[in-house]
Amino acid sequence: MFLINCPFCGEREQSEFKAGGEAHIERPKQPTELSDDEWAEFLFMRKNIKGVQFERWNHAHGCRKWFNIVRDTSDDQIKAVYKMGEKPPVK
Amino acid sequence: MSKNLRFKSSKLVDETYRISFKFNNKTYYGYKGDTLASALLANDVHLVGRSFKYHRPRGIMTAGSEEPNAIIQLHDNTSRTEPNVRATEIEIYEGLVASSQNCWPSVNFDIGGINNILSPILPAGFYYKTFMWPKSFWEKYEYFIRKSAGLGKSPKEADPDIYEHKYIHCDVLIIGAGISGIIAAKMSAKNGLKTLLVDEKSFLGGSTIYDNSKFSKINNQITSSWLEKEINEISKLENLEIKTRTSVAAFHGYNFLLARENLTDHLPITQRENKIRHRLLKIRAQKVICATGAIERPLIFDNNDRPGILLSSAMKKYIDLYGVACGENNILFTNNDTAYETAMSMVQRGIKINAIIDNREEIDSKLSYEVEKNNIKIFKGYTVVDTYGYKRINGLSIMELSKDGQKVIGKKIKLSCDSLGVSGGWTPAVHLFTQSGGKLKFREDDQVFIPNKYPSDQLSIGSCNGDFSLEEITTNTILSVKKFLNINIIDYKTFEIITGMNKSKRNIWLLPSDKILGKTKSFVDYQNDATAKDIKLALREGFRSIEHVKRYTTTGMGTDQGKLGNMHALGIISETAGTKMGEHGTTTFRPPYTPLTFGTIVGRNVGKFFDIVRRTPIHDWHVANNAKFENVSQWKRAWYYPKANENMYQAVQRESKAARDCAGILDASTLGKIDIQGTDASEFLNRVYTNAWSKLAIGKCRYGLMLNEDGMVYDDGVTTRLDENHYIMTTTTGGAANVLGKLEDYLQTEWPELDVYLSSVTDHYATICVCGPHSKKIVSKVIPDLDFSDEKFPHMSFKNTKIGQIKCRVMRISFTGEQSYEINIQSNYGKSVWEKCMEAGKDFNITPYGTETMHLLRAEKGFIIVGQDTDATMTPIDLQMDWIVSKKKYDFIGKRSLYRSDTIKDDRKQLVGLLTENPKEVLEEGAQIVADIKKSPIEMLGHVTSSYYSPNLNKSIALGVVKGGKKMLGQKLIIPMENKNINVTVADPVFLDKEGERLSAKL
Repeated sequence: MFLINCPFCGEREQSEFKAGGEAHIERPKQPTELSDDEWAEFLFMRKNIKGVQFERWNHAHGCRKWFNIVRDTSDDQIKAVYKMGEKPPVK
Repeated sequence: MSKNLRFKSSKLVDETYRISFKFNNKTYYGYKGDTLASALLANDVHLVGRSFKYHRPRGIMTAGSEEPNAIIQLHDNTSRTEPNVRATEIEIYEGLVASSQNCWPSVNFDIGGINNILSPILPAGFYYKTFMWPKSFWEKYEYFIRKSAGLGKSPKEADPDIYEHKYIHCDVLIIGAGISGIIAAKMSAKNGLKTLLVDEKSFLGGSTIYDNSKFSKINNQITSSWLEKEINEISKLENLEIKTRTSVAAFHGYNFLLARENLTDHLPITQRENKIRHRLLKIRAQKVICATGAIERPLIFDNNDRPGILLSSAMKKYIDLYGVACGENNILFTNNDTAYETAMSMVQRGIKINAIIDNREEIDSKLSYEVEKNNIKIFKGYTVVDTYGYKRINGLSIMELSKDGQKVIGKKIKLSCDSLGVSGGWTPAVHLFTQSGGKLKFREDDQVFIPNKYPSDQLSIGSCNGDFSLEEITTNTILSVKKFLNINIIDYKTFEIITGMNKSKRNIWLLPSDKILGKTKSFVDYQNDATAKDIKLALREGFRSIEHVKRYTTTGMGTDQGKLGNMHALGIISETAGTKMGEHGTTTFRPPYTPLTFGTIVGRNVGKFFDIVRRTPIHDWHVANNAKFENVSQWKRAWYYPKANENMYQAVQRESKAARDCAGILDASTLGKIDIQGTDASEFLNRVYTNAWSKLAIGKCRYGLMLNEDGMVYDDGVTTRLDENHYIMTTTTGGAANVLGKLEDYLQTEWPELDVYLSSVTDHYATICVCGPHSKKIVSKVIPDLDFSDEKFPHMSFKNTKIGQIKCRVMRISFTGEQSYEINIQSNYGKSVWEKCMEAGKDFNITPYGTETMHLLRAEKGFIIVGQDTDATMTPIDLQMDWIVSKKKYDFIGKRSLYRSDTIKDDRKQLVGLLTENPKEVLEEGAQIVADIKKSPIEMLGHVTSSYYSPNLNKSIALGVVKGGKKMLGQKLIIPMENKNINVTVADPVFLDKEGERLSAKL
């Protein structure tokens, strides 16, 4: 049960949040132009890193806002929290 | 035969307060303050249970939560009965009833004891190896294996006790109130930090509280007296909260810990009424200090498991704390100085010590000299090679150890005893530290794992950090706590420590024997009966990883998680494999540290508080009118309304017929409602639904299908355009929260440029759906001011109107295929409007119907239910709903996936109607659909998703998904059931009124 520092509400317990998987996978602007393989890459392929990972989280039982975090999946340490649309901090 | 082994003036026991209790149907007496174990020992009862595999007699081994053997069934044959309770932890109370486990017919005569004789043919992995073949015999074996599996009996009735959860936030949590924990607590609290000190015992002070020999002194006071004064002082500190009988179960990341506070288990049953039994504490601490102490190691030699064999520290504790001697003729067996402390306690009380066997050839401590002075024979450089006595040790034999400790030499000497105390040194209790993600390192000097890398803001102090001597504990605790808490005020100046012990130890993981290993039973894991021989066998058979050896031999897999023997298992593995200790690491320590009852885990979330229940504003009416309810997500929905003696089938047939012949009324308040506003609302709907929305006129409704990005149907519902930039979307009852979450996700992350705002208004409106040929007449009576003519108010449109002074929205939409009106009104008026409709419909036989009838009516029309006829593998094309997928729109969620190579295949499962050859035969939902039953294996083509007897069509109808079903219209298929095969014909999924004529009333 880690603590997440929601950029809108402050530090809250993990149980208030919902994980949304890997961050920075943008929905293609023109899906119709993509081959099956390219579409599948967007649709299915996720890195699932052991180590530092960029993730989407939603403060589902709070402000309902989506945001990104940088988390080390091996020890759950959260390195950074930033709003949607903001540039990710460099590793 | 019962001897009295009780001494006067012990620390914990109140001799003026006698308590009677029953163990194995016999009445015994103990005193207030006793544990069940100490009270049994005082009555000279050592034999308390049988071991798991060989059913060997077992006695009390320890005096704490690490106990592997003395696990008992508490409160026999009552709703409070509980298995695997450690006799060493449970405090006795008047009327306590307990019994031995894992034995039949009794602990004294146990038929399963035959396994002990059969043990040569029951090696590690016996069950895996033996019961694998012949394969068909498994069912026969299983019966017997299941019978012998498991320890104790689980309760058969509901738990009558009350449990609760509590959150605690503190600056510093200190786990363990031994000497280091007490020092840390005082330092922390005196510096203004909000401190919580917890200990699993009923008293404070850990093992130091009975460190009462004259050889152990702090600042010229006997150590235990010094500590008592400290405890007295800290109990007055304002910033310090102390919780005893509180065991930390789990140490998670970010300093989140779970602890069980035991509030009533020590009270007589009559005093527990209406009291909370356990409290699960959810602790979030800024800083955590582990002062969890150390657990004494046993020694691994042949027959080291007989009743009467205890850890030497446990013997000392029973003497000093409870005033109980474990025997009248004792022997101690050790590889370090700890046992000499026990010896001194015995000497002080006049308890006979027959001999001390010491692995070490040289002993050089004040304490050992003092023991020798008392004319106690010490066998130096010796080891125990065997023990005797079946239900109680009555003797042992010893031999001299060779120089390298690998062999025994010389002559065997036999000694008699009725109790043996063993000490193999100490293992730091690092369980909680490693649970939190901490990494250990191995210290070669004394062969212990100690904390190395802390994963969070925490510290380990005292013997759990590998500091075993009083000097190390006091000095290091003060230094490290000062730094860790960053504090200045320190009460402690210098410590003058006097101790009679030194640190020498001769560590031999598996002691040698004069017998070959195969003939010995040297237990490593007492509870699961894993021996040194088993571990070596596992290595011979090729297991190398400690985690694999653990599972193969079951070492450390009991309810005690191998707190005593795991280190020896590691030691034996590394010795045998020729690797270095520490290279293998340890097995994973998992929560809980000691077992928790389910009651503690669920707390108050039982009975009607098990889950959240949502009721519609009309719920009370349904109850008053005899509705049966169905759970739909968290909602209670009226399922059907049986009259008099009707069963469900009869009620549903009647309701269904009435809805089509006259009028039906349904509470649809549970459907999800999302209010959508903003200048880009139309564009947003275009992107999230498969069909086009831009041209929907204000005041019109449209059915929409929502896909996932993978092209599979996710949700459906009718959305109404209330205004230029204002829509109201309905979703399925169960999907409401997820749909809102998904839409928010797209809005916030993919399309932040869209000007759209979403609000859930599900609970704000009651929705009353009146349908059937008389529906128009009924709603006209309820809302006389509104023009209900087909011209002014056609199908798929909506009106803002009023009932009296109350604004409401009326939609003319239909999920039944009948002419149908949905009145949406502020929730608190829901019930009164429903009653108005009932009143207005009285002359038209208005019939309330529930979800079951709703399902039947929509199935007649071939309307899908997301989640019943779909399962996240169905595209709209599979559902024969091509008409709703816009060809013109450039993009919408899931569009690209609709022409992936997999989604365009012809032989996907597709939704079809199914008609049985015998129209009275109703199919079972979930039944398999096949074409050819002669071919083996039979190819499964699909399954039945919805099935009913239609009272309006007078025949059985069903929907199902079938591979390539779209092209099978008219084809015969087979539903194979247990006793028969049912012939069906593939049909159009729309069974009734394909033209939609019923949407406008003819009556």
